[in-house]
Amino acid sequence: MISVSQVSKSYGSGPTAVRALDDVTLSVARGEIFGVVGQSGAGKSTLIRTINSLELPDSGSVKVDGREMTTLSGAALREARHNIGMIFQHFNLLSSRTVQANVELSLEITGAGRAARRTRALEILELVGLHGKASAYPAQLSGGQKQRVGIARALASNPSVLVSDEATSALDPETTRQILDLIRKLSKDLGLTVLLITHEMDVVKRICDSAAVMSGGRILEQGPVEQLLTTEKSLLGQALFPMGEIPETPSAIVDITFSGVKTDRPVLAQLARKHGIDVGILGAAVETVRGLQTGRTRLELPGDERTVAAAVADLRSQGLFVEVVK
Amino acid sequence: MIDRNDPYFWSDLLDTILKGAGETFYTVGLSLLFTVLFGLAAGVLLVTTESGGLLAKLFGSRALGLTVNRVLDVVVNIGRSVPFIILMILLIPFTRLLVGSFIGPTAAIVPLTIAGIPFFARLVEIGIREVPVGLVEAAQSLGASRWTILTKVMVAEAVPALALGLSTTVVGLIGYSAMVGAVGGGGLGDVAFRYGYQRYSPEYMFGVVILLVLLVQVFQSLGNFAARRLSHR
Repeated sequence: MISVSQVSKSYGSGPTAVRALDDVTLSVARGEIFGVVGQSGAGKSTLIRTINSLELPDSGSVKVDGREMTTLSGAALREARHNIGMIFQHFNLLSSRTVQANVELSLEITGAGRAARRTRALEILELVGLHGKASAYPAQLSGGQKQRVGIARALASNPSVLVSDEATSALDPETTRQILDLIRKLSKDLGLTVLLITHEMDVVKRICDSAAVMSGGRILEQGPVEQLLTTEKSLLGQALFPMGEIPETPSAIVDITFSGVKTDRPVLAQLARKHGIDVGILGAAVETVRGLQTGRTRLELPGDERTVAAAVADLRSQGLFVEVVK
Repeated sequence: MIDRNDPYFWSDLLDTILKGAGETFYTVGLSLLFTVLFGLAAGVLLVTTESGGLLAKLFGSRALGLTVNRVLDVVVNIGRSVPFIILMILLIPFTRLLVGSFIGPTAAIVPLTIAGIPFFARLVEIGIREVPVGLVEAAQSLGASRWTILTKVMVAEAVPALALGLSTTVVGLIGYSAMVGAVGGGGLGDVAFRYGYQRYSPEYMFGVVILLVLLVQVFQSLGNFAARRLSHR
């Protein structure tokens, strides 16, 4: 649905030039929620702005729904943008317009008639859970409600793609969860493809099907979230399950990642019984990733190389993802 | 010297001041109309033709946009830096060309408008700059044309600031109109100058001053009220 290939973009020139995007390639499947995570300054904002051509890359190609965005201009570009809704960190609602009129702006732009605008605006406001707020002004709403208006405005023209620029970064944790759940629900109900950028790991683990980690204008890794979590040395895995420094110890150290069904087996007790290892727990973290209990445990396995290797093989044979750290 | 004991003194005073006020309204009203028309356009262009602005590529040409921006900026600065009394005199040939005479309330409209445009343009510029750039970006993301962004986002969001700018401009124009009055433009300034100053009548002088103070109060309050009502921030 969205395919970005070999996109580069620099700001400024000469020695002070900043390479905001450095040969970025990613693809988002239809109906998927794809999250790009990274620190501020990683190039996420620039990346998401190339999707609807608010930023034009220096080189590379950006295709949305089969249409090349980088070569569009004028009426063709505006037309293509009707198919790509965008929501923002600071909502960007017009303070002079009511909630309904803010949503209608989107439909005024697509040229809908007055009656059609009203009907569609009220319908979409209902859908985002803002029934009864149509005639309020944005200043009278809470942050979460403002973002719902932003979502309604972005989706009023029935786009097939939604791009989200840190849409929950200005919201408190509870409101963040509500907005994320709304995005997930709308994506499912409307068959919407979502590309979001965020610096919050919570966003990725709550709603993203796939993710990419970005730093210094480059994409360091990308793929389905479950797959990244069971990939050795995955940055996403390390960020989601921070295990701290590796301690000084002569023993082997392994990280075990498990999700869903496997959590109820007596894994550690078995290790001790079967292999005679006095297992030490160095760290553990449990997260709910897309509704599944997922955790990572860091274990210290004292013993000779052969025993440890046998233990690791045994764990792997049970379907656990084991990464030997040391 | 006007005879204060003349039985018609007070009714004459009232007639004269009211006639002067009528002329002032006429002059200021028409000047304001032109000032708003051209000042709004100039103010919007000042912001949008900047590099990176919405109209930086005016009619598809970056050079044209930049030129318009530079020229407007210089012209507005000149208009704002020449003292009004001098501007008025400088404009006499232009006024005569335009309205056939440089004396009277209609002729006064020309220098008032020329002085008003750059004044209002700067206030418009300030008002529009206060509109967050994110709103423009949001409208762009919806596929809005430049005209839509200009009218429905930039100007529409700046309306409360524009209302305040408008009342400030009215007050400024009333002040300037008194100056034009002193050199043959009619209006309240003319009354104060000819009756109050040249014929030594404190009644006329104070009558005009009180009326001017009241007018300024009324327009400023109207502007403040409108700005408050129109703002939903």
